Amino acid sequence: MSVFVLRRLVTLLATLVGASLIIFLVLDALPGNAAQMLMGADASPDAVRALTIKLGLDQPLTVRYLQWIKGMAVGDLGNSYVYGTPVAGLIAERLVLTIPLAIMSMLITVTLALAAGIYTAANHNKLGDVGVMSLTQVGIALPNFWFAILLILLFSVKLQWLSAGGFAGWDDGIWPGVKSLLLPAISLAVVQAAILARVTRSAVLEVLREDFVRTARAKGLGKREVLWSHVLRNAMIPVMTVMGLQFANLLAGTIVIENVFYLPGLGRLIFQSIANRDLIVVRNCVMLLAAMVVIVNFVVDVLYAFIDPRIKVHDL
Amino acid sequence: MSDPLTAAVGLPTTSVPSRPATGFWRRALRHRSFVLGAALVCLVIGSALLSLVWTPWPAYEIDIASKLKPPSFSHWLGTDSFGRDIVSLLLVGARSTILVGIIAVGIGLTSGVCFGLLAAARKGWTEELIMRMSDFTFAFPAVLSAIMLAAVVGPGMLTSITAIGIFQIPIFVRVTRGSANAIWAREFVLAARASGKGGFRITIEHVLPNILSILIVQATIQFALAILAEAALSYLGLGTQPPQPSWGRMLNDAQTLLFQSPMLAVYPGAAIAVAVLGLNLLGDGLRDLLDPRLARER
Repeated sequence: MSVFVLRRLVTLLATLVGASLIIFLVLDALPGNAAQMLMGADASPDAVRALTIKLGLDQPLTVRYLQWIKGMAVGDLGNSYVYGTPVAGLIAERLVLTIPLAIMSMLITVTLALAAGIYTAANHNKLGDVGVMSLTQVGIALPNFWFAILLILLFSVKLQWLSAGGFAGWDDGIWPGVKSLLLPAISLAVVQAAILARVTRSAVLEVLREDFVRTARAKGLGKREVLWSHVLRNAMIPVMTVMGLQFANLLAGTIVIENVFYLPGLGRLIFQSIANRDLIVVRNCVMLLAAMVVIVNFVVDVLYAFIDPRIKVHDL
Repeated sequence: MSDPLTAAVGLPTTSVPSRPATGFWRRALRHRSFVLGAALVCLVIGSALLSLVWTPWPAYEIDIASKLKPPSFSHWLGTDSFGRDIVSLLLVGARSTILVGIIAVGIGLTSGVCFGLLAAARKGWTEELIMRMSDFTFAFPAVLSAIMLAAVVGPGMLTSITAIGIFQIPIFVRVTRGSANAIWAREFVLAARASGKGGFRITIEHVLPNILSILIVQATIQFALAILAEAALSYLGLGTQPPQPSWGRMLNDAQTLLFQSPMLAVYPGAAIAVAVLGLNLLGDGLRDLLDPRLARER
């Protein structure tokens, strides 16, 4: 067990280092000079040189990379090239929106998907199963930002129940904030839920065919009891794998959806920074998102071992 | 593929991947999701091809006088804020979508299959290295790579093709390596080895042909994902740039006009959904038809 976690931990660290190297090389080594990009092509060479020294860009790549890594360890990500304020603060301001949004849509995804998946598996090949499965087929094909626009059309333009965008903040209590994240969270969740529902359904159907299910039925347990106490736990492995992978999609999705609803989250920050040529902010945001993806998948892998003790070191 | 011995004894030949048999088209035409998927995909490809020779109106022609016209006999779906004909824009937009999709999947497929076959053939540290590399490519969804590229080289079709293509690679690596490993464990590969064939020849002559159907199915599904990613990137302004029409870009333009012309935001999204739905159904159908063992629970 502990060897398993340790091995996964080493892989996790290696992946994070690899990802940071790629991000650093793409954003800092390829473009030549960030100072030149900041000031534009027609800036005087002296001014560019002065800014280069001021931003510390005259130092060798390895020194700057190590500085960045050291800074990340202590929470100092450097200062924004454009605003001059600490990058860590800029990001933290945006995370109070992006993290609740991601959590809300993951909750909606899991609720919808498990309900639909278990219902369809329990009613295999009946009308309800076929109907819900056709719906999920359509759900998978919807671009989430288009679904978001359709939700805006319905709830903001036609019914005028919710605002078409913007974020109320958390200062006036939880409800106004949750309300402004509701449509974005739903539009992110529906597409993911369609995929997860299909995975849940086939996982449950797979387990229903196992011998131990027949044994449980033979010893007198009802269909419902078997489903809830024996089948679900065993069906959770593939479902959780996909949930882990979906979290990556979800984070990528928040970047898109925040732009649809004009939400001041991490995604908007990245876009502003690209427009401002604020590469240090882009670099740290991308690293943060990549790290979240990797860490979530690590947690999922470790959770397997708790759900299914049969998974051991040699299974990796 | 079925050898005479098993056929003679009447043993089930399911352990050998079945090739598309002579009755392929007969079975295909009876397969509901294959037929529906193929029809939708043909519709999208047909629109793209049609736009090369004919569109109802010139897609790039700006005519401010007739902007935001409702659907009429001359403009079937109306016009956008520049007075451009929506139908013509949708037809030309299909072209960008398919172009980006084909090239991106092409990049993912060729490099992914090469690495996957190499990993399965060489084993050992080569396999370990390739799999770890593909693991951390997973940490970069297409939107993230596109953001990095756009920050450095600027947005554009090339940026979105590269970003989507890179994200496709690890998926093909995994699928290829997984199914190639299964082939390598089979007796006919052992026989080929015993007859003196090297790893490269076995890969080309035995492994690749046997995993081809799995790859075709995966490529179809990846094509659908690539279309979704392309739409998202061009919606964000990172992908296909104006004046080149693209469905994602059209949605972005339409969003600013939601209160005046809500229908403008409906058509391009529906076009994307039709393309993606068609490819997904086609992929499901092909999976059932090409390799019954892979058929999903229905």
